[in-house]
Amino acid sequence: MILDMKAEDIVGDYRETTLDLYELGPRRILYSEIETPYPDGKLIVSTTNPQGIITHVNQSFIDMSGYREDELIGAAHSILRHPDMPSVAFKDLWDTVNQGIKWQGIVKNLRKDGGFYWVKATVVPNIRGGKVVGYTSVRRKPSRSKVIESIALYATLS
Amino acid sequence: MTFQFTVSPDFSPAHISGWYIFNTWLQKKLNVGIHLEMYDDFNKQRDAIRNGRVDLIYANPYDAAMLVREQDFKPLVQAEAEADEVIIAVNNEADIKQVEELSEGVTLAYTDDPDVRMIGMIMLEPADLSKENTQAIMAGSYVLVAKNLLNGKADVGFFLAEAFDDLSNIIKKQLRIVVRSRIGVINHALMIGPEFQYKRDELLDVLLTMANDEKGKLVLENLGFSSWQQVGQEEMEFMIDLMDALAT
Repeated sequence: MILDMKAEDIVGDYRETTLDLYELGPRRILYSEIETPYPDGKLIVSTTNPQGIITHVNQSFIDMSGYREDELIGAAHSILRHPDMPSVAFKDLWDTVNQGIKWQGIVKNLRKDGGFYWVKATVVPNIRGGKVVGYTSVRRKPSRSKVIESIALYATLS
Repeated sequence: MTFQFTVSPDFSPAHISGWYIFNTWLQKKLNVGIHLEMYDDFNKQRDAIRNGRVDLIYANPYDAAMLVREQDFKPLVQAEAEADEVIIAVNNEADIKQVEELSEGVTLAYTDDPDVRMIGMIMLEPADLSKENTQAIMAGSYVLVAKNLLNGKADVGFFLAEAFDDLSNIIKKQLRIVVRSRIGVINHALMIGPEFQYKRDELLDVLLTMANDEKGKLVLENLGFSSWQQVGQEEMEFMIDLMDALAT
């Protein structure tokens, strides 16, 4: 189980904080100002179980998050949560998908190396036989203008 | 009873005869009558599906949700290593090297191929482009999409990557690829309707062993495929959820 971030994994100068992750408790976060650009033409795809535990990731997820596949499978999806993301954004996400509705938003994700990447994320509930058995999350490249709007908005919500 | 077979209208023109040969081969193997009906547009094909006039379909991924969740179709196989990827291209003389350099008001050229159009529009999002702030020319084929770029009627063309690769070298030299998708998990699939599903296991068996016999291999070559690989129900549901996530 991935929990606290380790200084030896971090690239460049970093800051430290603690995030209280849903159902996981406090996590030590080490984060830098290094952005990894979203690659053109790719989608980052993952699925989780209803509790938000990762059950599948594609290669782009592995490449962009910086974690190995075996570290990701079984880990909580919230390990990607960046301290600049307000908790209200994730509350909105869960409130929406728990009603069986698709959620979409611009998200700043945290990498294993402390850096970050912006995505346009869509989360859909996986409904099988009328029951939600998990969630699929698909991220694509956001426009810079949407990222700039989101930075301003999230600063007011944190 | 004769079953009805159809192929997604975005099939490559080079493979039309291949689908007829495949249908003949299939009828012999299964010992049932199957009629192949080729539709020239997606709406006509969707009407046929909704009216129960399709029992077997090589379906565009965009239609998979409707087929599985509304019409009770089951997935059978997909072509090995044949994902639907999309190319965004411009005229080689245009001063555009990346999507972000495109601005509002550009004219897009595309076919009615729904998954290509959806992925193409997603790849334009980094430039804040959408159907609201672009114009569109609907072309009857990918060659005509290219023609619209070459004669300056369109600024941006959406191509199924396979169709772009099949363009003549003379045309390709006059175009520039701005982005090529690398998604890997969106595929056409052969799917079977409720009336025909009693033959599902037999059909799977002949399709999955098709590449092993000389005749079957030749039929596959005429379709441009090397072999079929099975698509499970959950794999298909995963792709449908993925398409649902992208369709916004």
